[in-house]
Amino acid sequence: MNKVVKNVEEALVGIQDGMTLMLGGFGLCGIPENSIGHLVKLGTKNLTCISNNAGVDDFGIGLMLQAKQVKKMISSYVGENDEFERQMLSGELEVDLIPQGSLAERCRAGGAGIPAFFTPAGYGTEVAEGKEVRVFNGKPHILESALTADFAIVKAWKGDTEGNLIFKAAARNFNPMMAMAGKITVAEVEELVPAGTLDPNHIHTPGIFVQRIFQGEKFEKRIEQRTVRKND
Amino acid sequence: MALDKNGIAQRIAQELKNGWYVNLGIGIPTLVANYIPQGIEVEFQSENGILGMGPFPFDGEEDADLINAGKQTITTVPGASFFDSATSFAMIRGQHVQLTVLGAMEVSQNGDIANWKIPGKMVKGMGGAMDLVASAENIIVAMMHSNKVGESKILKACTLPLTGVGCVKKVVTELAVLEIKDGKFHLIERAPGVSVEEIISKTEGDLVVPDVVPEMHFD
Repeated sequence: MNKVVKNVEEALVGIQDGMTLMLGGFGLCGIPENSIGHLVKLGTKNLTCISNNAGVDDFGIGLMLQAKQVKKMISSYVGENDEFERQMLSGELEVDLIPQGSLAERCRAGGAGIPAFFTPAGYGTEVAEGKEVRVFNGKPHILESALTADFAIVKAWKGDTEGNLIFKAAARNFNPMMAMAGKITVAEVEELVPAGTLDPNHIHTPGIFVQRIFQGEKFEKRIEQRTVRKND
Repeated sequence: MALDKNGIAQRIAQELKNGWYVNLGIGIPTLVANYIPQGIEVEFQSENGILGMGPFPFDGEEDADLINAGKQTITTVPGASFFDSATSFAMIRGQHVQLTVLGAMEVSQNGDIANWKIPGKMVKGMGGAMDLVASAENIIVAMMHSNKVGESKILKACTLPLTGVGCVKKVVTELAVLEIKDGKFHLIERAPGVSVEEIISKTEGDLVVPDVVPEMHFD
């Protein structure tokens, strides 16, 4: 089944004010930067964004924060940008912080038809407030619910016309689970190839989870912390 | 003399066992990778989806798609693998990772740890710390014994919001190696030249002190 859309404009058709979006990536690594750029152009407001991080001031989800498009962030680690901090402290932005493993599993569960699961992460902390506790094998666990989204927007290295995806290195991160958990999943890829080009043995995300795929116009792939060793 | 951050890392590295998969947190824990004892082979896990993390890349060889959990550019070693975040935390929760080393703002004598939030200050989030401490069988905390104004961070009870309860078994500070059992800190080793009295005076929690406290030994 052909999932190809012409461009980012077509890929994001149907995104409306107040929707919940999942955005793949860890830090600035593996984020759907073309789609984020277009979301800023669209000016869609009151969005709930589920993403491990919230970008930096002038890149990633930080751009949507600057444009005041985000009502709520659901993340595990945020605040690498000043505008985020300002909006959070002034109460303009609602923030729900979730342990990283629970965030990943909640997305996976959402896509896998598991409504909730027990995890030990966060037991005895403020994360556990209001959540059911049960003891398994002598150890307390808390009940965490699945997450889904109106749109999941992911970024892959290579994709084919069927929507099959291959990720590169650590840019995989949250992208595969979010792809599963979107009612509509949009994949932007660095390289879009005809079906049959990618070896089925090497597919990370099967095309069934992807509704729309396009090749991104350009990828800046910014590095957040450039660390190198001396050539000696 | 009290250890510096590298000294703390070097002492923790002595705990590594051959064949272990190890997750190192940000800060002092990261330095542990520089002091792997000879003859010991371990593999480092980065919770953003890497097993077999190597050193920083040479200038010009950095790859935006290859970063560690601190968002720093890194490399991989032969035999490395990449995976998604759910698989990564399956390794952690499923106790396939043998050792977790992380920093802390406070630890308590029943093994509680606080390292993610200071009320009234900007909260950045817990990242993977809550998953790591809730699941790892073997957690070593690398931290300073007291804060900048000299108040002990080795406490009867944590004052800051918790990251996990009853999970820490060993603490290495600039002054001492402490074990936590039966609701008390136990003094195992002291840093070279550091007196037992100094450690006692800087430990607010209950501390069990044996008759003889050996000095840490570095090759």
